[in-house]
Amino acid sequence: MTTIEVDHASRWYGNVVAVNDVTMDVGPGVTGLLGPNGAGKSTLLHMMSGFLAPSIGAVRVGGRPAWHDHELYRGVGLVPERDAVYGYLTGRQLALASARLHGLPRPEDAARRALATVDLIEAQDRRVDTYSKGMRQRAKVAAALVHEPEVLLLDEPFNGMDPRQRLHMMDLVRRMGDEGRTVLFSSHILEEVERVAEHIQVIIAGRLAASGDFREIRRLMTDRPHVFTIRSSDDRRLATALIADASTAGVEVGTDGLRVRAADFGQFTWLVPRVARDLNIGLREVRPADESLESVFSYLVAQ
Amino acid sequence: MNGVIAGITLRGMFGRRRALLLLLLPLTLIGLALALRLTGHAGEEEATVLLQRFGIATLMPLIALIAASGVLGTEIDDGSFVFLLSKPISRPVILNSKLAVAVGLNVVFAAVPVLVAGLIMVGPDGGVALGFGAGALAGSIAYGAIFVLINVLTRHAVVAGLAYALIWESLVGGFVPGARQLSVEQWALSVADWVATSPAVHAEVAVMAALGLLAVVTVGATVLAGQRLRSLSIAGEA
Repeated sequence: MTTIEVDHASRWYGNVVAVNDVTMDVGPGVTGLLGPNGAGKSTLLHMMSGFLAPSIGAVRVGGRPAWHDHELYRGVGLVPERDAVYGYLTGRQLALASARLHGLPRPEDAARRALATVDLIEAQDRRVDTYSKGMRQRAKVAAALVHEPEVLLLDEPFNGMDPRQRLHMMDLVRRMGDEGRTVLFSSHILEEVERVAEHIQVIIAGRLAASGDFREIRRLMTDRPHVFTIRSSDDRRLATALIADASTAGVEVGTDGLRVRAADFGQFTWLVPRVARDLNIGLREVRPADESLESVFSYLVAQ
Repeated sequence: MNGVIAGITLRGMFGRRRALLLLLLPLTLIGLALALRLTGHAGEEEATVLLQRFGIATLMPLIALIAASGVLGTEIDDGSFVFLLSKPISRPVILNSKLAVAVGLNVVFAAVPVLVAGLIMVGPDGGVALGFGAGALAGSIAYGAIFVLINVLTRHAVVAGLAYALIWESLVGGFVPGARQLSVEQWALSVADWVATSPAVHAEVAVMAALGLLAVVTVGATVLAGQRLRSLSIAGEA
């Protein structure tokens, strides 16, 4: 069993702090590293994969410092975010090169096994630069899996994929976790993490904002106060009716509609259409005003 | 040296348009040599001028620059280098494999064409062809190490390499006699002068000094590049 330990690690570039005093342990199973773009996910992942030294603190994989240790890669597979791979090689050549570079005793067998795992056997003799985005991603995963690593690190693995490719990759990531590997992937999309990860590490502005079981964090996210912008045929009458219910924490009447703070998300979204129908008020727009990941995360940080 | 890395690197080199550049320059040199030969201007003096000015001063650094950025710089820039860095292979071994390919390309596309162009012009006379071939070989190895080091040090390796070749080797070397003591081009010329018997070939740097400096620069640049590569950070996009 291999764990990744991040121990009060920070990383800065000049005056910019990319990762700020993060401590986390990542164990077997699938862990999602969730955060908005620019939150420091890639920097953290690069420290875990030995490509970047922490400015202070420590990052260990299997108990050994990740930085300056090429032997680390005997037990670690890395799928980088950047799309660049050796496009002039075929999928099979790429996996085979990876197996040979790992010094595996039967590189051909290992390459075939890895390509079968990612379902790329049929296309294995095509050049990688003729692959779709999803196939290229799977080729990178095959090259990272060829030595059956205990730890698999994937940087934004679902980026740019179409829905079918995304589902396929999600299945693959889940399977890796079920096999007992320590799988960590970064994403800025909540739904991706929800569907694949058992554990979650939320990182925002370089800091660890939340950590633990996904369901618990999801509940926190759902239960937070939501703000809606509503435009209707009679804003004042609607405001009066909404504030009378306990699910509404506050209403502000403006020139371009209402700004409503809901205390109970489930009850409020049930209430609005019914109140409008009963009062014969036409709803022109009901829009969540603060659904950005940043605002969700800011709320989590405050908790 | 790792054969798999060398193989991938070599395939990458010829899979790109820059392979045409590698061919274009030596073909130009050989074309010029043929033209001079056919027009009756192919004496030892003329051969020396062509092989020194175009062969050693122009072709050799440009080929080394194209080769070094092709084997290493492009991969570092586009991120595909991560594939090699994430393998259990020490970074100096990765570097040496890349350097071996770069030097091999320099020999094939710079040193050999210089030898061939010399043979076309004057045959074996005065050892001019062999001398410049040997000089270009020694210079190609040193330039290979220098330009690979520049590619590890900076993302603007082509500009830095061109600036070095044009400003230091050509401009400063041309006007400041002392700078010629510290010029790969002049060291290569010393080797050529040492091998050739023709009075047309003349160098300013003593051959023992040139050989010593070539060795020091080649080994020093290789060791330094290996060390810098070991500490090369692949920064996240945050």
